[in-house]
This record gives sequence, structure tokens and C-alpha cells, in this order.
Amino acid sequence: MSELTMVESVCFALDEELGRNSKLVILGEDVGPNGGVFRATQGLLEKHGPKRVLDTPLSENGIIGFAIGMSLMGLTPVAEIQFVDFIYPAFDQLISEAAKFRYRSGGMFTTPMVIRSPYGGGVRGAHYHSQSPEAYFTHTPGLKVVIPSTPYETKGLLTSAMREDDPVIFLEPKRLYRAFKEEVPKGDYTIPLGEARKVRVGGDVTLLAYGAMVHVALEAANIASTNHQIECEVIDLRTLVPLDIKTIEKSVKKTGRMISITEAPKTSGFSAELSALVAERWIEYMEGPIMRVTGYDTPFPLSLEQEYLPTAQRTLETIMKVYNF
Amino acid sequence: MSMIKILDSTGKADPELEPNISKEKLVKMLEYMILVRLLDEKGMRLQRQGRISFSIPSTGQEATQIGAVAALSPEDWIFPAYREPGMAFYRGLPLEDLVNHWFINEKDPQKGRRLPGLFGSKQFRYVNPSAPIGTQIIQAAGAGYAHKYLSENLVDIVFFGDGATSSSDFHSGLNFGAVFKTPTIFFCQNNQWAISVPLSRQTGATSLVDKAQGYGLPGVQVDGNDILAVYNVVKEAVKRAKAGDGPTFIEAVTYRAGPHTSSDDPTRYRPKEELEKWKKLDPISRFEKYLRAKGYITQEGIEEIRSSFDNKLNNLISEAEKLKPPSLKTLFSDVYSELPWHLEEQFNELNALKGRNA
Ligand SMILES: Cc1ncc(C[n+]2csc(CCOP(=O)(O)OP(=O)(O)O)c2C)c(N)n1
Ligand SMILES: [Mg+2]
Repeated sequence: MSELTMVESVCFALDEELGRNSKLVILGEDVGPNGGVFRATQGLLEKHGPKRVLDTPLSENGIIGFAIGMSLMGLTPVAEIQFVDFIYPAFDQLISEAAKFRYRSGGMFTTPMVIRSPYGGGVRGAHYHSQSPEAYFTHTPGLKVVIPSTPYETKGLLTSAMREDDPVIFLEPKRLYRAFKEEVPKGDYTIPLGEARKVRVGGDVTLLAYGAMVHVALEAANIASTNHQIECEVIDLRTLVPLDIKTIEKSVKKTGRMISITEAPKTSGFSAELSALVAERWIEYMEGPIMRVTGYDTPFPLSLEQEYLPTAQRTLETIMKVYNF
Repeated sequence: MSMIKILDSTGKADPELEPNISKEKLVKMLEYMILVRLLDEKGMRLQRQGRISFSIPSTGQEATQIGAVAALSPEDWIFPAYREPGMAFYRGLPLEDLVNHWFINEKDPQKGRRLPGLFGSKQFRYVNPSAPIGTQIIQAAGAGYAHKYLSENLVDIVFFGDGATSSSDFHSGLNFGAVFKTPTIFFCQNNQWAISVPLSRQTGATSLVDKAQGYGLPGVQVDGNDILAVYNVVKEAVKRAKAGDGPTFIEAVTYRAGPHTSSDDPTRYRPKEELEKWKKLDPISRFEKYLRAKGYITQEGIEEIRSSFDNKLNNLISEAEKLKPPSLKTLFSDVYSELPWHLEEQFNELNALKGRNA
């Protein structure tokens, strides 16, 4: 057993799965000798060889399109998009191709693959190294969307993603890459997609989050408990598609209050989906407004990044508002 | 760069270049050229009659598709655009599948989800096409990588139009293919038009084949209305790919003799004289002349081929028209490998509504 950071856990999961699945191929920019700009593929080229770890031309539509072709012919491509902010040139390949192959061919052709990419703010990366575009992908039938929140979670979820029969967008909260270490076991363990994780138990307010925001929610929940004797239940969604609606149901029926915390812009964000789901189904259980704590509807800033991102402070104020409604 | 040609307009072959193809195979090639043209006529008529929603003809481009498929082995993979349907039938895809697809009925292998004319077949290694232009070009490069990785001795051939050479996936496809030396054949059907936009608006290059050089690839320009020449250049490209020498770029110079699709009226934008000029270069009549001169086929034989396909199609059409649409479930299946709860819920909702209104 060893303590690993999240980015080491990514690498560990890739390394082990390369060992187990001889058809798995890693491709992307700088994933070879450099081991990835964040070192998520460190040492993999040396260990698994140049046929399996490919530095590609600098072309995101090329990386995803090439991966789709590999997948159609039976390989398991795991593509790295260096920063998710650069995935937009590959949108056509993701939305029109990977997400639709199974459906459009009546189930004849499938494109299982993983697209890994660091996302999110908090690292002083400005517009083009900080975005949270998960809603584009959750809005696209045919894609699964997974976002881990700890090193242990990362290995289990990524391993599952690499065994899925569908294309999976795997977004890694880069501000957590080296934020803390955690025990990450060796060997074959998986966390099934579509099952949320209860991070903190509480009966007063349900906080829904994923990625880095799980830690913000947790921090707010602890302050609410210590200072205001309000007990929040914190749920790490882990997978946005498919979503674990049962865990959400149990929690909101118990607490009667729900807040989602996401760092993407507010309008049409995934938090809006969460609010709508809960309102449509369980409005009669609700004792306060269903609220969102999100990034603002602006391009991602730089100097004022900490003002833009949801914080424990903002979350706490929202908790008080909902609780005292 | 000179264009490769074998048959002249009278159907006489250049003896230096004439490929050695058996009589049976040559006749089969003609049969499927005739079928393609017949399918276009049928498809357009059915669309005009309002019996099917859409039709994509490839009249005038029969030699590219059939010449190419004849040069491949049945295990090689084809990534079509949408003007290559003959390749699938040449390999054995039942016409019944096409007709059911036209009528998007319960027996449509694609479950009634696609515009008529956009179909694929896994069994016959004819990859399901999308509609966004050019996307298949880079995919074919990736597929080639997979064959190489798996030590399968296979090639991928990918088709696209002159318009598609302006797409980003054309660039990435040729680029990745060249970098990774994939066994991919990039086959451009330069039919001179992208709907109403002429070739001169797609490139400032003198000819499309010149683009190959920039990628470090060999490029060949071929008379796309000359089935023997197409056959030869594809054979040559297959040989290179299978020897591990990487991709070839082929520009086939041809002409879209019909409208872009059933929704298009080409008289709005292109001169009559141009069509007249190209009609003289018709790929089918050239090949017919060649085969007749060899004594491999007669005029009656040609008419028999046509009428036998025609009868078969008429029967299939009247059967297909009687069938129901696909079941309600198929609206929700195949989005994912399994049916997630939210799709199950949406299906149940719709199903209950249908039940109430039944
Ligand atoms: C990305 C994209 N843009 C526009 C269209 C609409 N469209 C369909 S076919 C076509 C022209 C394609 O021309 P070309 O590549 O030369 O192929 P051809 O139809 O001539 O065989 C256009 C503009 C599309 N399908 N995809
Ligand atoms: Mg064209």
C-alpha cells in the first residue's frame, strides 16, 4: 500500500490497466517521453513501449478521430486532452461521432474509449486552463461523464471507465492533482459508474457536488456543523451520466433541502439539471428553495479567480439561507 | 502530375496498363455499376412520389466505387462518405436491407434512425457513415493504426469529396496517417462540386493531388470515370499499404452527373454544357463498350442485368412498404450499451402515453 496524489493515481490506474488489457493504447500530446505535462503518463512509454503510448500531432480533432478509428477496430484507446479547454476542436468527433456511432448504426458499430482531461480552476490558469465544460457532455446522449474527487476514487473510477462499452469523458480536477495524498491500493479494484458516494452524513441540508467542489462542500458542512449546529449531508456524485438518482432521492427526502455546488458558469450548468430533477420529483418534500452555488456567467477570470469560484463561505451563506427559509 | 487513364472514350484499353481481370469479375463489376445507377433512379422516383424521404444519387460516379471495391479484398475495411453504396452490394449486402432502410421500417438494420442513403454494415466491413463532412477521414487513419497494432494484414480505404478536402479532419487524417504510416488509402472523389460550390472555392492549389506532397505522401490522380484505371491505382495503393509503406492519396477526377441529393436543383448553379461534356465520358457506357468489344457481354445481356435487378427491387419495395415502423423501444435503445434509468423512465412515460391514446 502506498499514499499517492491524484495525478499519481491516474498514472497508476493507466499503468495497471495497460498491463491487463493488451489492446489498450494511450495517445495524446506530450504523453510520451515527457510523461504528460502534469505527469499523468510518467514512465508509461518506457514501461509499455512506443506502440502503446503515442505522442500525436498537435490536433485535438485528430486525437479523438484517430481514437474512434482505433476503437471501431477493437482497441481500447485512452486519449489525453492536455487541458479540457482545448477539447473544442474535437467537439465534432465527440458529439457527432463517438456519442452517436452505436445509435446511428442500430447497435452495429460501437466506440468504447476514454477521454481523460484535466479541468477546472484554482491553479491561476486563466481562461484557457481553467474551464469546467462538463455540461456540454452531459447534454450529449451517448457519452458518459465521470469526475473523481480523491486519489483513491480516481483509480477505481478510471479503471471502470477503461472497461466501459461506451465512450467516457473522464474529467480530472487539476487543482486536486497534488493537493493531498491518500492510500491507493495496488491491484484490480473498481468503483462502478452510476453510484454516488456519501461523504458526510447529515439530516438538515443535502449538498451535491463533484470533483474539487466536494471538498468545498465538505468544508462548508463542517463550519455549518461547528458554528450553527446544522448537519449537512455531502454527496459526491462521481458520475454525472449515468447519475445516481437513488442516493439523491434518499438524501433530499430526509433533509428536505438541496444545494448543488459546481464551478462551471451558472446558466445551463449541470447544477441546473440537478435542481430541476429534484424539483420535478420531490418538491413536496422541500422545506426551502433548491439552490445553486456556481461559478459566474463570465469567461473564467484570472486575478479574481478566487472570487469567481464557489468557496466554503459562499456555500455556507447559501446553507443558512435555505435552512432559515 | 499526369492523370492515369486506361480506357479511352470508345472503350479501348491501353494495352500497357490493362489489368488482368477474369471475365467473371469484369462482368460482375459491370453488373454492380448498373445496379448503382438503377438504385439512383429508383430512389429518386420514390422520393418524388413521396414514398421515401430522401435520396442521395451517385450517378456518374459508378467507376470509382466499383473499381475500388473490386481491387480490395473482402476483409479490408471501407469508410464511405455517401456516394459509394455499390461497394456494400458488391460485397454481398442484401438489397432487402437497403430497401427496408429506405422505408425506415421495422426491418431496417439501423432501426429507422438514418436518412435514406446513409447506411453501413459491420458484416461487410462498410463503416456506418455520419453526415458531417470529413469526419471519417481521420477515423480511417486510426483504424489503420489498429490493424497495424493487431498485426492484421488489412487496409482501410476512406472516401470523401472535393469539398471535404477543406475540412479539418482531412488535414488531420492525412497528417496522422503519414506520421504513423497507417495502411490507409485516402480516396478523394473529386466530382467538381460541393453542392453548388465549385472546386475553385475549395482550394487554391492547381489540383487536389498536389496536397499529398505536403503530408509526405504519394499522390495519384486518376480518371475516375475509368473503372480499370481506378482498379489499378487502388491495387497499387493496397500493395503499398500491405507492405508497410503507409498511406496513398488518390484523387479520382469525376463528375456528379445528378443533383447533390433529392433536395437539390443543380440547374440553379451549373451550366448545361458542363453536364453534356461529362456525359460523353460516362463511366458505364465506356466500360460496356470495353466488355462488348471483348465479347464478354451483349446488349441483351446488359438489359437482362438491369431488368433482373429491377424486378427484384420492385418486389422488395412492395414488401418493405407494408411493414410497420420500428418499435417504440428503439427510440431509446443503443444510446448506451445498457438502458440507464433516465432513458427507461422516459420510455415508460412515452409508452404509457401511447397506451392512453391508443
Ligand atoms: C461539416 C458539414 N458542413 C456542411 C454540410 C452540408 N453538406 C452536405 S454535403 C456538402 C457538400 C459536400 O461536397 P463534397 O465533399 O465535394 O462531396 P460530394 O457531395 O460532392 O460528393 C455539404 C456542404 C455537412 N454535411 N457537413
Ligand atoms: Mg464534390
